[in-house]
Amino acid sequence: MPGFDLAIVGAGIVGCACALEAARAGLRVVIAERGVVGGGTTAAGMGHVVVMDDSPAQLALTAYSRSLWRTMAPELPAGVEYESRGTLWIAADDEEMAEVFSKQTTYARAGIASQVLDPRELAEAEPYLRSGLAGALLVPDDGVLYPPVAAEYFLSEARRLGVVLLSDHEVVRCGKGRVQFANGTSIEAERILLASGAHIDLLPSLPIQKRKGHLLITDRYPGVVSHQLVELGYLKSAHKLTADSVAFNIQPRLTGQLLIGSSRQYGDESREINHAILRSMLERAIEYMPYLKGLSGIRVWTGHRAATADKLPLIGPTADHTLFLAMGFEGLGITNAPGAAVLAIDALLNRASVIDAAPYLPSRIQQEAVHA
Amino acid sequence: MPDPQVVIHVNGSPISVPAGSMLSTALLMASAPCRISSTGEPRTALCGMGICLECRAIVNGVPHTRTCQTVCQEGMRVETQP
Repeated sequence: MPGFDLAIVGAGIVGCACALEAARAGLRVVIAERGVVGGGTTAAGMGHVVVMDDSPAQLALTAYSRSLWRTMAPELPAGVEYESRGTLWIAADDEEMAEVFSKQTTYARAGIASQVLDPRELAEAEPYLRSGLAGALLVPDDGVLYPPVAAEYFLSEARRLGVVLLSDHEVVRCGKGRVQFANGTSIEAERILLASGAHIDLLPSLPIQKRKGHLLITDRYPGVVSHQLVELGYLKSAHKLTADSVAFNIQPRLTGQLLIGSSRQYGDESREINHAILRSMLERAIEYMPYLKGLSGIRVWTGHRAATADKLPLIGPTADHTLFLAMGFEGLGITNAPGAAVLAIDALLNRASVIDAAPYLPSRIQQEAVHA
Repeated sequence: MPDPQVVIHVNGSPISVPAGSMLSTALLMASAPCRISSTGEPRTALCGMGICLECRAIVNGVPHTRTCQTVCQEGMRVETQP
């Protein structure tokens, strides 16, 4: 096996985006995947490309990444199902409406277009929502895509540029310039980039917690939902670091199907469906959109998000100077994949980045935690 | 004595079918597709036992009803599922 400049562990959307970015920079790259490309944490995502403003650093990375998605949108294959329908952040009451205005101010300062809708405009935009809602913030440039196919697209572009894929290769150890596989083989590389999503077995000391989520997809009901709909209460429930929570979050897909979320649970590493959580998630959705009650769901699945305490990913070098991370994206791995790939390869090549990379550096947390 | 017949409406047109007929059969008699696939192809019942889901249509306003598992009733309205 020839030497590589970079060995990437994990062919999810982040690993594949990094492979493409590295290949474009002229690096000799190998990427190892133990299962299906984009079949792990990536497949568990809804595919929402969304600007989030939990912190200035989160806003900077999501805005940067969304701009990269928008730039590449015309060249994405149809199977990626990229659509820019916009997000509607729905306010149920006056308190949440105050958040709508504050969110709009934050976005305006960051140059992100948004528009406040009053109850009448909201009902016109989404006639199947229940009446009596306070209004919404429309973020028109947010989008949605089908994550596994986006990962495959990045990988196919990367392979066209010479990136080597080792499929069916489970990594059992990595660091110090060497990646060891379960089949007994190993490869050497100048640098290793760990992009294994919620699979943190290789570095169990990583400060990442798994948060389980449920999703349901319906049969085809074209025209029922037009935007990505998220309740503003989502921000409150998603911020809870301990308790289980559900929130109204629904996306129309190109096929006319509706993807319904969302749930967050800690401490459940199983893939099994928790019917109590699923029920409360769907009841929440029906509260906002009673029409959903009569629709037929065709599949439910679960997955795990990789959450850090400060809700920012870990991008960049570790104490082992050969080992880099692109991990801990929680619910924003699909959105942030293109931006994270640029930052990761910039760090690898000591290039300056378009946005400040410091907030995402693994060194912000205790260095020994990410020492291989 | 002739078999009893029921009248149902397929995409707005009345047709008469033997009582006890499956809706998928009535759609075939009317040359109407059960549904249109996401790529625009007309589809009709394939397995006839409720598994393949190709026979979905809108029945009395309810989308995605399996017409191969639904018996025609007098006055029923069935429409091709977009």
